Amino acid sequence: MTHGPAAAETRSLFGYSLRRIAIYGILIGMTMFYLIPIETGVMTSIIDPTSYTGSFPYLPPLEPLVGGTGEFSLQPWQGALDGLSQGLVNSVILVVPATIFSGLLGSMAAFGLTTISWRGQVGIYALFVAGIFIPYQAVLVPLTQFWYNIVPLRAVFESLAVLPLVETYHWKLVALIITHIAYGLPICTLLFRAHYKKLSDEMVEAAQLDGASVSTIYRRIILPLSVPMFAVVFIYQFTQIWNDLLFALTIVQFGDAAVVTQELVGIGVSQSGTNFPLRMASALLAALPTLLVYIFFGDKFAEGVSA
Amino acid sequence: MRNPLSIMRRWLGSRRLRAEGGRTAVRSILDRDSVRAAPFWLPPFLFVGLFIYGAIFWNIILSLTDFQGIGVPDYSALDFENYVIAFFGGTPSWSSLTVPSIWNSAWNTVVLMVSFSVVCLILGLLLAILVDQEIRFENTFRTIYLLPMSLSFVVTAKFWLYMYNVDTGLVNILLGAVGLGPVGIVQNPDLKLAAVTFALIWQFSGYAMIVYLAGLRAIPTSHFEAARVDGASTIRMYWHVIIPQLRTATVSALVVLTVFSLKAFDFLFSMYGGYQPGPSADILATRMVREAYANGNWAYGSAIAVILFIMALAIVAPYIYTQYRRGEL
Repeated sequence: MTHGPAAAETRSLFGYSLRRIAIYGILIGMTMFYLIPIETGVMTSIIDPTSYTGSFPYLPPLEPLVGGTGEFSLQPWQGALDGLSQGLVNSVILVVPATIFSGLLGSMAAFGLTTISWRGQVGIYALFVAGIFIPYQAVLVPLTQFWYNIVPLRAVFESLAVLPLVETYHWKLVALIITHIAYGLPICTLLFRAHYKKLSDEMVEAAQLDGASVSTIYRRIILPLSVPMFAVVFIYQFTQIWNDLLFALTIVQFGDAAVVTQELVGIGVSQSGTNFPLRMASALLAALPTLLVYIFFGDKFAEGVSA
Repeated sequence: MRNPLSIMRRWLGSRRLRAEGGRTAVRSILDRDSVRAAPFWLPPFLFVGLFIYGAIFWNIILSLTDFQGIGVPDYSALDFENYVIAFFGGTPSWSSLTVPSIWNSAWNTVVLMVSFSVVCLILGLLLAILVDQEIRFENTFRTIYLLPMSLSFVVTAKFWLYMYNVDTGLVNILLGAVGLGPVGIVQNPDLKLAAVTFALIWQFSGYAMIVYLAGLRAIPTSHFEAARVDGASTIRMYWHVIIPQLRTATVSALVVLTVFSLKAFDFLFSMYGGYQPGPSADILATRMVREAYANGNWAYGSAIAVILFIMALAIVAPYIYTQYRRGEL
């Protein structure tokens, strides 16, 4: 339900009221504010670095036609792909299982804490909710200690590395996956619980009267009704985990297991100065998966963040 | 997959049945809903309990040690030395160097938190009111305003590093057009924190808009109409009738935004290419990671983390408690 003007508007210009013109003017101005950093990045990312002058970063490269705009080239994107390929692969290895498992476990937790109602569940649930707001700094040192000095994950992967496709450095990605599942669980549980609270009790009660077990209720009734929420949760978690830097920095630290955000930090800077076309192409390449998800499923993303 | 609890229940139940021939206390405990639902909530809960609450507890203990990252932390001599150093500065027993106190970064944290949250809320509210005026292409506007939020802090830092650049940045081109500059925004100690805050507002004000828009849509149209019948002007109507009804939206957006600002580490790290944003943009989040991971002062980093955690708790705990009291949890 929108709340538009009801009163008759008198002043007008070419048939449009001045008020409407002002509203659209501000909205379009804000659109430019939000888009210009991205637009500038896109334009710069397709300039040949040798012809880059930086005079008109927001214009497309039209060199022979418009002087100072630089020549068109896909070389920065090629450079970005070369520089980020290992990080992109690692990020995919990380984000797929971490997203799926945090979503599944979150749905199970929300079911056990909502659909099956029992005394004291709100207390348990409050601990989940508080987990959403923890600044990760409060757990970094223990996490590093845990993965590097307590869990012998590295030794396991040293013996597993004889298998095809398994490398020793994958142990860091597994550690990162498990960490992201644990820290994603609170928000996943919250999103699913909000959904399950809205479901009607009738079906669950009828199934309970029929003597259905708790796990049957989950698999036959709740899981099929959760599909739209799974979309929201998966999109949210995918974006969060893909975009994270802090956990990767402290768990992966450096080496072959570095994820795309880690590789992006240092790219495009060298002794001879900053290569802005390469840097913009790299930033856009690293952002591309989440941008595509956002463009195609923006409403689901909005639903996830506003819950 | 067989449910191990139900197997156990059956086994226990049959034993008791044979022994006593009736329903027992054990049996009734295992029939409770909390226990029947346990296979669903208990594993995730233990997971969260170990990784989040276990780690926080461990971090508190670590902050009382002198751990320097080498070998195993020594838990035999616990003291509050790190907190004394954090509040007053000085030369700790575990170092030969003087370690500065945290007040500078704590102050920056508060400035960033307050300015970022307040501007985001005001901008978000204004945008939400405008988008709520039965405009065309509403979805397009909303999608564009929220777009930066789908980006990583690392990516937005790269974009804004470019926007702020002295020679080629768009911000400096615009400043040049009005006769100012060029200004080295990213390096200038007086402008650093403002530059970071502005970029973060660019990224997250769309979030405040989405929350406020949902709040506006939940207000019955009759409230708008009643105010109009009374002849109130649009501004008066929003100020006196509509905005007071957006308190819930304001509080929840505020809590989320403050927590975002506490997490701004990723942004500063990629903006300044490492652990050194310099004193005028140093916040507790960067200070903590620098002490632990760059300077090797692990225990001191843990102590700063505890302080950061208490700050977050002071904001979040009342919020969760109010939600609980209202039955909205």
